[in-house]
Amino acid sequence: MRVRFWGTRGSIPVGLTAADIRDKLARALVAASGRHFDSYGEAYAFAEETLPFSVSHTFGGHTSCVELDTGADEYFVCDMGSGARAFGEHVLARQGGRPATVNVFMSHVHWDHIMGFPFFGPAYVGGTRIRIHGCHDILERAFRLQQSPPCFPVSFDHLAAAIEFVKLPPGKQTEVCGLKVTPQLQRHSGDSYGFRFEAGGRRLVYTTDSEHKLEDRTQTGAIVAFFRDADLVIFDAMYSLAEAISVKEDWGHSSNVAGVELCQMAGVKHLVLFHHEPANSDVAIETALRDARRLEELTRGAAPLRVSAAHDGLEIDL
Amino acid sequence: MALAHRSYGPARVVSPRGRLDHDNCDAFQSDIAGELDACAQDGAALVLDMSGLEYVSSAGLRCLMIAAKQATVRNSRVVVAAPQPVVAEILQISRFNLVLPVFGTTREALASVSPQALAAFDRG
Repeated sequence: MRVRFWGTRGSIPVGLTAADIRDKLARALVAASGRHFDSYGEAYAFAEETLPFSVSHTFGGHTSCVELDTGADEYFVCDMGSGARAFGEHVLARQGGRPATVNVFMSHVHWDHIMGFPFFGPAYVGGTRIRIHGCHDILERAFRLQQSPPCFPVSFDHLAAAIEFVKLPPGKQTEVCGLKVTPQLQRHSGDSYGFRFEAGGRRLVYTTDSEHKLEDRTQTGAIVAFFRDADLVIFDAMYSLAEAISVKEDWGHSSNVAGVELCQMAGVKHLVLFHHEPANSDVAIETALRDARRLEELTRGAAPLRVSAAHDGLEIDL
Repeated sequence: MALAHRSYGPARVVSPRGRLDHDNCDAFQSDIAGELDACAQDGAALVLDMSGLEYVSSAGLRCLMIAAKQATVRNSRVVVAAPQPVVAEILQISRFNLVLPVFGTTREALASVSPQALAAFDRG
C-alpha cells in the first residue's frame, strides 16, 4: 500500500509568501557559504541532503486529502480538502482518458475537508463514479450546499460524474473494493470519524480532527484499541499539548505529545503528524517534529516508534 | 502518590515522587486540590518540588494545568521547581514551560514567591 499526502494543513489552506521564499533563500545561502557547486545536480544534492527540511522544502498548505493506493483499479482517498484539486489532476493523468472510480472517506464535513471537491477534475468527467463514504447524516447536504448559489457557479447537479453517498456504520468493518475500513467516533465539534484501513496485511489509521483526552480512560482505551498494531497512524497534531489542554481545550484537536503517547500504548510502528496549524511556519512544524521524536526517545518501550511530519507530496510505502 | 509538604513562610512546598501518569493522575489531582485549599487558607503559593518525579505524562501535565487554574481562583499560584532532566525536557516539549513558571531549584522558586519565603528557606 502506498500513501500519498495531497493536503496536510489544518483549517484553511496556506501559501508561502514572498518573504518566506526570501528567508529560505537567505538561510540556504548562509548554509552554503564557502562551498562550490559545479553543477545543478551538486547544488540539488546539497539542498536535498544537507539543508534542513524547513529551509529546502515546505510542509505545504493544502487542507486534508490523503490517498491510499492499494494497487486496485479503484481509487481511495480520505477527505476532500483543497489537496483534492492536485489529487484530481493525478487521477486524470493516470487514467489517460478512461473514467475512474473514486472512493472517498469523509472524516466530517467541516469546510476545510470538503472545499477541494468543486475543483476535483474527475467530478466533471462523464463516466466517472464517485462514492462518498461517511458516517454523518448531513454528508450529501454539505457537499450540495457548498455548490449552491451564491457560493459556487457550478451546481452539484451539473457535475458529470455519477456521485453516490454511502453511509458507513461506526465501529463496524466494511469492505470497499478489497479495502477493509472501520470508522471510529472521535471528539470534535459536530463529531468526526477516524478510519482504520486494512489491506494486504497492512493496517493504517487516519485520525484527524480529533481531540484525545488521555485522562479519559474509556476514550483512551477505545482509541488504543482502534490504533492497535497499526503500521501507520496519520494523527491530528495541530497544537502543542499546553495549548490543547488550556486555551484551545475543546477546540477538537490534539498534539504531538498525545500522538506519541497513544501510538506507544497501541504498539504502532509509524506516527505521522498531520493537520498542521495554519499559523505555524515550516520551522515551527519542524520543531514540533523534533520534539515528538525526542519524546519518543525519552519514553521508548520495547519497540521504537518512527515519527514523521506529513507534507504535501509525501509518499509512504507500507 | 503520597505528597509530603513543607511550609516556608508564604509558600507551601509539595514533593511528588515517582511517575505521574494516567494511572495515578486522579489521586494526584485530589491531593493537589487539598494542598491548594491549604494554600488559600494561609495566603500561600504552591511550589511543586519535582526533584523526586521521574516522569510525567500528558494526563499528569493536565493535572498541573488544572492546579494552576484552581490556584488562580483561590488567589494563589503554582510554580514548578527542580525538575529532573527528563521531566524538564517533557515540560519544554509540551510547552508547559510557557504556562507554568519553572525554576532550576526550590530556592529559586521560593525567591520568585517572596523574600519571606526565601528567608524562611535559608533559615532551614
